[in-house]
Amino acid sequence: MRYFADWIIENLEFTRAIPSEYVYLIIMVVGGLLLLLFVVPMAGALTFVERRVAGKMQSRIGPNRVGPQGIFQFVADGVKLILKEDIIPTAADRRLFKLAPYIVFVGSFLTFAALPFSQKLIAADLNIGILYIFAVSSMVVVGIIMSGWASNNNLSLLGGMRSAAQIISYEVPQILSVLAVILLTGTLGMQGTIKAQGWAPQHWFLFHNPFAFIAFFVFFISAVAECNRIPFDIPEAESELVSGYNTEYSGFRFGLFFLAEFANVYVISAVAVTLFLGGWNTPFYLPTGIWGLLPSAVNLAGLITFLIKTFVLVFVCMWLRWTLPRLRVDQLMTVGWKYMVPIAFFNLVGTAVWMLVWGDKSIAALLGG
Amino acid sequence: MRRYFLNIWEAISTIAKGMGVTLVHFTPARKSITIQYPDRTPVPVVETLPERSRGMLTFDPDVCDACSMCAMTCPIDCISIDRERVEGAKGFVLKRFDIDMAKCMYCGLCTEACPVKPKGLEHTREFEGATDRMEDLILEFIDEKKHRELVEKALKKAEKLKAAQNEE
Ligand code: SF4
Ligand code: SF4
Repeated sequence: MRYFADWIIENLEFTRAIPSEYVYLIIMVVGGLLLLLFVVPMAGALTFVERRVAGKMQSRIGPNRVGPQGIFQFVADGVKLILKEDIIPTAADRRLFKLAPYIVFVGSFLTFAALPFSQKLIAADLNIGILYIFAVSSMVVVGIIMSGWASNNNLSLLGGMRSAAQIISYEVPQILSVLAVILLTGTLGMQGTIKAQGWAPQHWFLFHNPFAFIAFFVFFISAVAECNRIPFDIPEAESELVSGYNTEYSGFRFGLFFLAEFANVYVISAVAVTLFLGGWNTPFYLPTGIWGLLPSAVNLAGLITFLIKTFVLVFVCMWLRWTLPRLRVDQLMTVGWKYMVPIAFFNLVGTAVWMLVWGDKSIAALLGG
Repeated sequence: MRRYFLNIWEAISTIAKGMGVTLVHFTPARKSITIQYPDRTPVPVVETLPERSRGMLTFDPDVCDACSMCAMTCPIDCISIDRERVEGAKGFVLKRFDIDMAKCMYCGLCTEACPVKPKGLEHTREFEGATDRMEDLILEFIDEKKHRELVEKALKKAEKLKAAQNEE
């Protein structure tokens, strides 16, 4: 974004008249809107894709009536949700009840500010990108507890509390496994992490060393748990809690919860791609200038690479969801504290030892001589 | 301690197994078993039903004897028959033959009772009778025109019979 802002200020005459702070501000607002325009339809489309994938995995068809193969199903669902009556229970804490869905959505939407899309395409390449992402995505839990509390309903409250317990437990192994990568790169910036990897699988951090390999799985499992998705969806366990923290919600606010959930799936996949799977590093070298390739073409290739990797991971999330049953609460805590946390610590120490012995050489580099 | 690592191994291997199963289902190798009734079936569902299934009743006034056995057999009286004698003809002529399919329980007793061959009353495979007006389910097989036709037929038959007797 900064790059585009600088480009605009340098190349467009009329912007010189305005103080550059304002130009930045306007560009940031426009950038935010563009991101929103990306996130909302993408999350909507993911609901449709998820339902089709689920259908396929269960030997059924899934929605296929609205538009060709049902691709407009999510539009119909969205319109329906917006048109529905927005019911607030009389016993609810009105202000908190109204506010909660926005906090949940904003929490997951804010992370997009630091998510890279390609070499140049990133809203803000913060030098503490990873820290920022985990910080703002923790806001989601506040919104969820808020909604559970404000609904004034046993089931909602239980859902909210479970969600809090779960997210706090799984944050620990998640951050610990990210630390392993941070050890390797020595940077917290998203773009810096990607630049430290190459395009080929052996240059990814996933295959950098055995510890990073395990760290990826620990990270991904805890991230899925943070999204409250099956098999970790005890906060909204239908068979026990009706729908958990969002039981009392209807209409647009319910839609926001849904949107946040699917936006979150994209976020965790994108973060995993950034940290472990080489990000936007294009599989081939695109020399700028020599073949008349514009930098934007390189950007486009990067964007496509990144999106393909991310959506493959999103598919894995769906695949997991339609394969595994839900964990019980105590099982969830066992997995989190007895298995994930020790393994994550082991990884961290292992990575540190690896770096002590071999520096930041990967397995491929060692085998290659 | 051994148990701990066994648990991890078990988790990994069973999840991998399960995901393998779902992946096989995801590939085009497995077709969906959904039947998209009513509008997207390869052949109309009626045609896939067995020959002897009991659907809506059908009635053939031309073979019926107007004996009203069916109406008497029916346990819930869904068949209403009005019949009349015609001057110069033998037996009865049907004036009304209504079956209330809303009441019918598809027991098939009426078709069993019908003495003529081929049967006047029979089940078809047709079952899609859903409607939002109950009256639509009363099947009326005899109207004014059909009634007149039946009267003429009965008279003609009687004449023929008389002519045959005269010849003897
Ligand atoms: S099928 Fe049974 S219930 Fe229906 S009309 Fe015949 S005898 Fe009556
Ligand atoms: S039993 Fe057969 S022949 Fe007799 S009235 Fe009924 S349909 Fe006609």
